[in-house]
Amino acid sequence: MTAPPHPESSPAACRGGVLDREGALAKLLIAPAVIYIAAMIGAPFVLAILYSLSDATTGDPGLRLVGLQNFQAALSDPVFRLALRNTFVFTLVSQSIVIVLSRILANALLKPFRGKGLVRFLVLLPWTAPISLGTIGWLWMYDSIFSPIDWVLRYLGLLGTATALLGPQTNLYWLGVPGLAMASVILVNVWRILPLATVIQLAGLSSIPRDLLEAAEVDGASPWRRTLMITIPLTLPIVSIAFLFGVVFTFTDLVVVYVLTRGGPVHMTQVLSSWTFFKGIEAGDLAQGAAISLFMFPVLAVVAVFILRMARRTEVV
Amino acid sequence: MANLGKIARRGGLYTLLGGFAFFGAFPFYWMVIATFKRDHDLFSPLNNPFLFNEPPTLDHLRLLFFETHFVGYLVNTLLVGLAVVVITLLVAVPAAYSLARWARGWGEMLGIGIFLTYLVPPTILFIPLSRFAGFFGLQESLWSLILVYPTFTIPFCTWLLMGFFKTIPKDIEEQAMIDGLSRFGAMSKVVLPLSISGILTVVVFSFTLSMHEFIYALTFISVSAKKTVSIGVPTELVRGDVFQWGPLMAGALIASIPVAVVYTFFLDRFVAGFTMGAVK
Repeated sequence: MTAPPHPESSPAACRGGVLDREGALAKLLIAPAVIYIAAMIGAPFVLAILYSLSDATTGDPGLRLVGLQNFQAALSDPVFRLALRNTFVFTLVSQSIVIVLSRILANALLKPFRGKGLVRFLVLLPWTAPISLGTIGWLWMYDSIFSPIDWVLRYLGLLGTATALLGPQTNLYWLGVPGLAMASVILVNVWRILPLATVIQLAGLSSIPRDLLEAAEVDGASPWRRTLMITIPLTLPIVSIAFLFGVVFTFTDLVVVYVLTRGGPVHMTQVLSSWTFFKGIEAGDLAQGAAISLFMFPVLAVVAVFILRMARRTEVV
Repeated sequence: MANLGKIARRGGLYTLLGGFAFFGAFPFYWMVIATFKRDHDLFSPLNNPFLFNEPPTLDHLRLLFFETHFVGYLVNTLLVGLAVVVITLLVAVPAAYSLARWARGWGEMLGIGIFLTYLVPPTILFIPLSRFAGFFGLQESLWSLILVYPTFTIPFCTWLLMGFFKTIPKDIEEQAMIDGLSRFGAMSKVVLPLSISGILTVVVFSFTLSMHEFIYALTFISVSAKKTVSIGVPTELVRGDVFQWGPLMAGALIASIPVAVVYTFFLDRFVAGFTMGAVK
């Protein structure tokens, strides 16, 4: 970046010149960002679309277009259909739980109490620590033999004896049984997004004008009524934004499934992103991988439209 | 009676907060236990897993630091993170300034466009980008990560800084220009010093987001010595099919806590950045 020439001695005398230069400067300053984004996000995105219409593999990455074959092949693949369903189930179930829990947690964090800094740090850990490392902690907690959850259940007599509620076996095999493996993945997704949603909700809750709530209280509105008529309508946009960002992050996430189950047992926890990775990179089928990943795009586009709409609406309020 | 109700409510609040703190932090407590537990203690299913049944040990840490590439992962992560921070600042600061000062019509559309690119996930881009890395001969090189990581730092940081620059009144710059500074001088000598906290936020995010990144590193790098910490720990500390849980947990813990501490202080700004106008 080089400094443009100094303006003439009197700014008023050469206003036109300054404005001209301002326009040029505006474009010059933004050019690197636009070029980088076009080259490293725009171009790969186009290439992903081209790959999805071709028969490219890592061994033979040439582009021969074959039409919509890859999308048809994906749709007729039972594993893909399972991954598609799982992606929606994991995202919607985990984010519904997150919205409820984050509201409760945000309300609690708004109150004054001792040790707020420490509680905040502990509560935010799942989001602030690298996700692959946090998930590794969960992998060890879900261990098929040494799971502390199983140990507690055995200790309470709920597991491991002939009459135990959860069965006579000594372990539940959290990641080895289809239903349980899905629940385990959902739990880690909840754990991971909860801090983010909580911080977003906190910002929303603390932006409600105090005097509005106080005025309602003076007018005799009950706490329930204040919540229903003031807090909920005023924080609805921010709750939606928390939900939508949670959806984006969970819907496209690879780490949790990759680290915990690699999609297993027998693809029961496969999601679009993990299936993209296994097909596109590990099996080297670039075309199939690209097609699978593009199935995520319509959902993301819809979410983006909603986010923009929410942001606009709240600016008007 | 009123007093009792108050005590009950306090108790309820602390129980609730305690429960959430436990949920958030338990996996990390679990890492602490495994880090210092002797293998014999760790792998006895009848032992109480929450306590040290045998004296603690530093064996796992010794193994982690001296017999694995862990220190190399940390160094690689640091190098990539710093390079990404520098690139992000060089690109995002001028772009954000331009959008904040001259955004009308196309500028505003461009700003929104840049923000939307943040929503294009690595899971769509990593297949074509892996071909890019191959094309530039950067497979198995940290440079591939340095090239690609700004795809998620630049859009977000530009957006974040744009908000910062908008809060600095234009008058200050105009005054500086009347006093003889050039247009560019007004930006670099007057506006930038006032935006130090915004720039610091960008430094922290670019670094933490680079450190958290998993999918590109997993795709581009398979040589053990070149891995970053977020993929090295989960994929390398496994002998055959057997996880080395002690060193594994120690590595996860050591790499997590410092970055988590720093990130915690900046999370509010991070969130303010991507909730846009929704929070005022």
